[in-house]
Amino acid sequence: MISRREFLQASVAASALYGASGFGNWSKVAAQQSLTQDDLLRFDTFGNVSLIHVTDIHAQLKPIWFREPEFNFGVGDVRGLPPHVTGQDFLNLYNLTPGSREAYALTYQDFVALGREYGKMGGLDRIATVVKAIRADRSDAILLDGGDTWHGSMSSYLSRGQDMVNLMNLLGTEAMTSHWEWTFGTDRVMELMEQLNFPFLGQNIFDAEWDEPYEDIPSYTFFDRGGVKVAVIGQAFPYTPIANPRWMFPEFSFGIRDERMQEMVDEVRGDGADVVVVLSHNGFDVDRKMAGRVNGIDVILTGHTHDALPEPVLVGETLLIASGSHGKFVTRLDLDVRDGRMMGFRHKLIPIFSDVIAPDAEMAAAIEAERAPYKDQMEEVVGTSDSLLYRRGNFAGTWDNLICDAVMSERDVEIAMSPGVRWGASIMPGQDITREDIHNVTSMTYGQVYRTEMTGELIHTILEDVADNLFNTDPYYQQGGDMVRLGGLGYAIDISKPIGERITGLTLLRTGEALDPARSYTVGGWASVNEGTEGPMIWDLVEAHIRKLGTVSAEPNGSVTVTGQ
Amino acid sequence: MLTRRDTFAIGLGASAVALLPATAFADAVDDWIAAYTGGAAMEDGGVTITAPEIAENGNTVPVSVSAEGATEIVLVATGNPTPGLGRFTFGPGSGAPMIATRIRLGRTQDVVAIAKMADGTFKTTRVEVKVTIGGCGG
Repeated sequence: MISRREFLQASVAASALYGASGFGNWSKVAAQQSLTQDDLLRFDTFGNVSLIHVTDIHAQLKPIWFREPEFNFGVGDVRGLPPHVTGQDFLNLYNLTPGSREAYALTYQDFVALGREYGKMGGLDRIATVVKAIRADRSDAILLDGGDTWHGSMSSYLSRGQDMVNLMNLLGTEAMTSHWEWTFGTDRVMELMEQLNFPFLGQNIFDAEWDEPYEDIPSYTFFDRGGVKVAVIGQAFPYTPIANPRWMFPEFSFGIRDERMQEMVDEVRGDGADVVVVLSHNGFDVDRKMAGRVNGIDVILTGHTHDALPEPVLVGETLLIASGSHGKFVTRLDLDVRDGRMMGFRHKLIPIFSDVIAPDAEMAAAIEAERAPYKDQMEEVVGTSDSLLYRRGNFAGTWDNLICDAVMSERDVEIAMSPGVRWGASIMPGQDITREDIHNVTSMTYGQVYRTEMTGELIHTILEDVADNLFNTDPYYQQGGDMVRLGGLGYAIDISKPIGERITGLTLLRTGEALDPARSYTVGGWASVNEGTEGPMIWDLVEAHIRKLGTVSAEPNGSVTVTGQ
Repeated sequence: MLTRRDTFAIGLGASAVALLPATAFADAVDDWIAAYTGGAAMEDGGVTITAPEIAENGNTVPVSVSAEGATEIVLVATGNPTPGLGRFTFGPGSGAPMIATRIRLGRTQDVVAIAKMADGTFKTTRVEVKVTIGGCGG
C-alpha cells in the first residue's frame, strides 16, 4: 500500500516517466462556498494528447445512486492492492477526508447520509457537459468507451440498444469495445455496429469456427492528434461466451489472447504509433497481469470490474486507469508524447456530481426523446423502500436479498440463486421504486426465472465453481463478477483456499439444517446461460413481489461468513 | 496465430493421426507418457501450447502446439478417461513443426504436449484449461 506522495516519487524514480494525478480535495472549498462545475473540471492542460475515458455506463442515462462496494477482496499477489481497498482503508490510501464529497463518490461509508447531502451521480447529459468542456480545452481530445454501454436499463432493453447507440454517437465517441453488447445476439450487434460513427474494436474477437480474428471487427485504430500518432487497440471481455449465453452469438470466440495483443502492439509500433493505448474490458486484475506480460503498452483504460481509482496504477511504465461505472466518473488523461514515446502524464478522475455539473441541453433533449416511447411504463411507481437497496460487493447486497426473496416467494422454492453481476443502481430509504428501478438491477435478454431441482452436492459444486471465478489466485482465470447471491441458504467461505475447499457449512436457513448432499432441493434462479430456459421475466416477478408488499425492507442478512481475506 | 490457409497447409504437411491406446486413469497418464518416451527424462519448455485459460465450450477446445525442431508432437488430456489425444509426425516435407486441433475436455485439467526432437530427446509443457459451469459475469 503506497500513499499518493510515494506513488509520485516511485513513478519518477523507477522510470523516465513523470506524472501527476489530482482527484481534488474539495472539503475546504465546500466548507466556505458551494462547489462549482469549474472546481470539478479544473485541469492544467498538459502535453500534446488528451484521452477521455468512460466505461461500464450500463445504459444509465439519468443520474443515479450507486453505492461502492464494502467488500472487494483481492487474492494472491494483489491482496490488499487497489482496487481491492474499500471504505476507510481507501480513504487512508488516497488521503481523502471522511464525510467529504470524494469519500461519498468513492466509498460506501455513510452512504445514505452523504447521498442526501451530495446528491445523485452520473447522467449522460452531465457527461456531455464534461466532454464538451474538455474539448473546449483541447479540441482533438479522444473520447473512448470501454463497453457495457448498450445494456442495463429498461429503455436499452426495449429499444434493443438503439438508445445507447444514438446517444453515444451524439456524445462524439471515437472508439469502443464490448461485453454485454453481445447479449443482444449476433444479428442485432452487427446491425448496431453498422450505425456507429466509430469503430467497434476487439483484437480478441475471433471467428469461432476458424479460430482466427473476425474480419469485420477491427483490432485497432489510429488517431493523428497534436502531431502524435495514437494507436488504440480494443480488448473485449475475454469470457463473454462463458459468463453470458454463448448460444446468442455462437459465431464468436473471445479469450485473453495476450500473444496476439503483443503482435498487435508490435504491428502498430511498426506502423509508426508514438503511443499505444489499450481500450480494455478485461477487468482490472487481468489488465494488471497483461501489462506485465505484453511489452510496449503505454496506457490501459480498464473496465469490466467497475473500479474507480483516483490515481493510475503503474505496472512498469504502463498506466492503468480505472474510471468507475454507471456514468459516475469520467477520466481525463493528458499525455506528453515526444520522440515516439510517452514521457509524462496528468490524470484526473472527474466525479459526475449531478447537482454540480449542468446538464448539456442538446444531450438532455436527446435523452428525453429516447425515453419518450417508454416513459410512462418506466416511471410507474410499484412500491416504496424503507431501506437502502444496493448490490455491489463480493457478496450479496440488500437488492439481491430482496430479489432472492421475490424468487422464493413467487416461484415457491427452498433456495434462490441470483447472479453476482456488478451492475445495478441503488435505492435510498424512503424512495419510491419505479419499474425502471427494477430494470436497472435485472435488465437482460435472458431474464427468465427457472424453477428446478438440484441436489445439495450440485449446489455446492456450483458455489465452488463461481467462487473460483472470483478468487482464483491467477487473474487470467477470473471472470470479474461477484459471488452468486443466495436466498434461503447460508454458508462460510475461506477465499484463500483452492477450488473445492472454499465453501463449508452450507445451511438451509429456514430449518437451520445442514444442506444434505444427497437430497434434492427446489431451486429458483435467473440469468441462466442455457438455451431454452423457461419462466417469467425476473423484473415482472420482482414487481409482483414488491406490489404485494407495498413497502419493502431489506437488510444485510449475515448469511455468508467470510474468512481468509 | 493460425490462419485459414495455414490450416490447409498443415493438412498437407503433417501426417496425423492415429489415436494412441489409453489405459485407465490418473497414474495411467504417467504410465501412458512413460510408455511413449520409453521412460526417458523430459526437458521442461521448448514447446508452446496455445489454449484458452477457460474453455468456451469443453466439447470443442481449440489447442495449438508448436515445438521448434520437433519430429513428433503428442498431446495428452490428463483428466479425460482417454488421455491420449494424438501423435503428429513431421517428415522432411512438413512445414513448421506445429499442429492445431480441437479437443474435448470433460472437466478442468492440464493439457500436456510432448515434443520428440530429432536427436531422440523429449521436451514438454503443460497448461491448465478450466471447464466451468459459467454464468455470472459482471
